Formats: sequence, C-alpha cells, structure tokens
Amino acid sequence: MGSRVNVLRCAVVASGFLLVEGLAHIGMIPRVMMIPPSEMTVALVRLLVSGTMNAHIALTLRNIGIALSSAIVLGFAAGATVHSLPRLRSILDPFFASYYSIPIFVFYPLFIVIFGMNSIPLIIMGFLSAVVAMIINTLNGLDRVPRVFRKTTRVFQMNRFRTVCFVILPAAAAHIFTGVKLAVANAFIGVIAAEFILSGGGLGYQISFAYFAFDNKNMYALIALTLALVTVINLTLFAWEKRLLTRMGRR
Amino acid sequence: MRRALDILILLAGLLFAWQTTFWLFGDLAITPPAETATRAIQMLGSERFWPELMETAHAFTVALVLAMLSGLSLGLILGFHRLSGEVCEPILSALYSIPKVTLYPIVLLIFGIGLSAKIAFGAIHGIVPIVIFTMDAVRNIRPVYVKTGRVYHLGAMSMARTILVPAVLPEIITGLRVGFALTLIGTLIGEMFGALSGVGFVLMRAIGLHDVKTIMAITLMLVVFAALANTLLLGIDRRVHHGAATQGS
Repeated sequence: MGSRVNVLRCAVVASGFLLVEGLAHIGMIPRVMMIPPSEMTVALVRLLVSGTMNAHIALTLRNIGIALSSAIVLGFAAGATVHSLPRLRSILDPFFASYYSIPIFVFYPLFIVIFGMNSIPLIIMGFLSAVVAMIINTLNGLDRVPRVFRKTTRVFQMNRFRTVCFVILPAAAAHIFTGVKLAVANAFIGVIAAEFILSGGGLGYQISFAYFAFDNKNMYALIALTLALVTVINLTLFAWEKRLLTRMGRR
Repeated sequence: MRRALDILILLAGLLFAWQTTFWLFGDLAITPPAETATRAIQMLGSERFWPELMETAHAFTVALVLAMLSGLSLGLILGFHRLSGEVCEPILSALYSIPKVTLYPIVLLIFGIGLSAKIAFGAIHGIVPIVIFTMDAVRNIRPVYVKTGRVYHLGAMSMARTILVPAVLPEIITGLRVGFALTLIGTLIGEMFGALSGVGFVLMRAIGLHDVKTIMAITLMLVVFAALANTLLLGIDRRVHHGAATQGS
C-alpha cells in the first residue's frame, strides 16, 4: 500500500512537470511567460557551477539559520514560561490566536528604518514569522502531557530536572517537533519574502532583481532552487514528524 | 467579565510597548499610538483613500470566494477519495510551506499588472489551508456516525444534511478562518508589488516616500481589521467546535 502511494505520488508530480514542459515546447505557454522546466534545470546547474550565486545563497541560509535557531530556543522558553503562568496565558491567548492573521510584513519597513538596510531586519522578520508557531506548539505539547505522568513522577519522587528531562519533554516531543517544522517553514517564508520586498542581497533579492531585468533564465533557475530547497527540507521534516507521531501513538 | 479584562490588559500592554518603542527610537521610525490613530481616521475620512480601499476590498472578496470554492471542492474530493488524499497530502504540505512570494513574478508574467494578478495571488495563498482542513475534516468523520445513519435508512440528502455536514463543519470553519487571513495577506502582497492602486500600493508608495505617518496608519488599519475579523471568525469557530463537542459526548 505504502509503496503504491509513493509511486502514484511521484507520477502525479512528474506528470505535472511533463505537462508544463510539453505546453512550453508547443508554445501554449509563451517563452516570455515561462521557460520549460528542463531549461530551468540547465540554467540552475549552470548558475550553481559558475558560483556567482554562492554568496547570496550562503547569506540567505545564514540569516534563516540565525532567525530559526533563536526562534526555536526563545519560542520554546517562552512557551514553557507561559505554560507555567495560567493568568498570563489567558491574557496572551487572543494575541497568539490572531498573530498569524496579521500581515507582519507591514512592520518590515519600520525595522529597516530602525536598524538600517542590513541583515538585522531580515533576521527579525524570519524570527517573528517563526517564533509564535514555536510558542503555540510548545503550549500545545505541554497541555497534552497526561496528568497521570506527572502523578507518576511524584510517586517515584523524581526531582524537577529529571521530571522535565525524562517524562515531560519526551511526552511533549511530537507536538514540539510540529512547532519546529512550522518554524522552519515560516523562517524561510519570512526571510525570503523580506529579501524580495527590499534588501541588498540574498535569494529573494536576486529573484526580484532577475525579474526586473527580464532575465527569465536566472529568475526561474533561482525560483526552482528556492522551492526545491524548501520542499526537500519540509518533506524530510514531514516524514520525521509522521514517524514521531506514530511512535507516540503506539506507546 | 474576566475575559474582557484580559483583553483590556493585553491591549494596554501592546499600547505600552508601542509607546515605549516610540520613546526609544523616535519619530524617524514610528509615530506614537494617538497620532497614528488620528492619521488613520483622517485617511478613512478622505475621499482619495476610499477608492483604494474599495479596490482592495474588491480584489480580496473575489480572491476569497475563489479560494473557498476551489479549496472546498478539492478538499471534499481528496477527503472522500482516500487514495488521492494520501497521494496528495505531502504535496499539499509542501505547497503550504513554500515562500509564495517567489511565485509572484510568475503570476505577474501570466496575468500582467492589475486586478487579476492581485486576485490570483490572494487566492493561491488562501486555497491550500482550506483544502488541507477540509480534507482532514472529511477523513476524520467517525465511521460510527455513518453506520448509525445507515441503520436509520437515511437517504443521500438527509445523510449529508444531518450527519456529514455537522460532522465536518467545525474543521472546515477553522480552515476558512486560516484561509481568510492568508488570502488577505496574499492580496496585500500582490498589491505591494504588482498594482497601481489599492491599500498595498498606497503602503508601498509611502515606504518609497518614507512617509512614516502613512505607513503606521495603514499598518494600524490592517492590523485592526485582521485582528477583528479573526476574533469574529474565531468566535464562530469556537462555538461550532463547542457544539460538536457537546453533541459528541
């Protein structure tokens, strides 16, 4: 069953590409609009071999890395703190619930004015996109630790440190991991979108630069690179998450 | 009563943070709450701003209707047909998490600058969550509900009306809430890059002119609108979920 689904999935994706490829070759999709996927691949390989984009790719990944790691660490810490303070939590609840409905990129210009046109506003955008997903899922994970687990730790007279390390964290792990997965996706979206809007370098900047220069080859190569990168990372995390959840279910 | 107090404390905290940021960074970067609110009200009263607002409202409504119709129907198909659902799930999850701004040049090349590009951009943001939530809602219908319906010899129509719709509605409403927010974000981003009118365009122009007052006023309007709409939808969402929970127990 599982392998059949995988085969079908690959077939669906492949036929999508082939369809675009075919339509591009017979001219149904004009070249000024989109180049065939095969040419995108060739352009991408050429771009990567030439090395002209390496600095931009490295810059984007570095900014995402900083934004993401601080969002995961601070988001987890904030989630754990808020979880232990029910009064604060009920005050912050509407804030968390509305957070992702607010277009946070409207704050981006303010950060540019405050911090200047450098990596800091980009990192802040990535951080702000990612951190609340981490907080919400940490809260969610801690909520779902069955009460009997805590009682059991008391029966065994475990100290606080051991309780957290050996009982609470493993029990909440799957949900916290969901938070990490969403934080990764959101950090990518935040940083690349901000680069696209206004910045001096990075993948998003290069895509918008190529677009305004009518450089379709490089633009599509960079879009393909960005999407492929994000997709591979996300599918890996998605698979891990599924495995974690099934393991939790079996226990 | 206590919830109202909580919300007041939250709002006071946010306003305090805003005012403090102003004191820290000065009027080069932001304007204080009172001044921003005055400017926002003044803009809402001006005749020049209304057409832009209407333009955005128009694009957003069409995008939302498109995202809802296509999202719901795709979600229903993928939910009822188990194999296609399983095949598409990771694909959808991947689509959900790609930075869709990078698709913007493609949308512009296809639709050109103007209304249809904004609508398309809004719709592609909103459709994926609606599909995912609808699909999950249908998949998670408990088999015992359907069996009970069969025991009562319900016809297709009454089965749908009395069992299937009430079972899937709560999750679908959650999906529509998320879809609403993302469609709004998509439409605004669309206006910021590829339009010559609309609120997003006015915002982008203000950024270009470094008109901090206008940037802040538009930001305030958008945040207030998004938060109010979300609170309203969340209220409906919770009520429906609560209803489902009490019926279920």
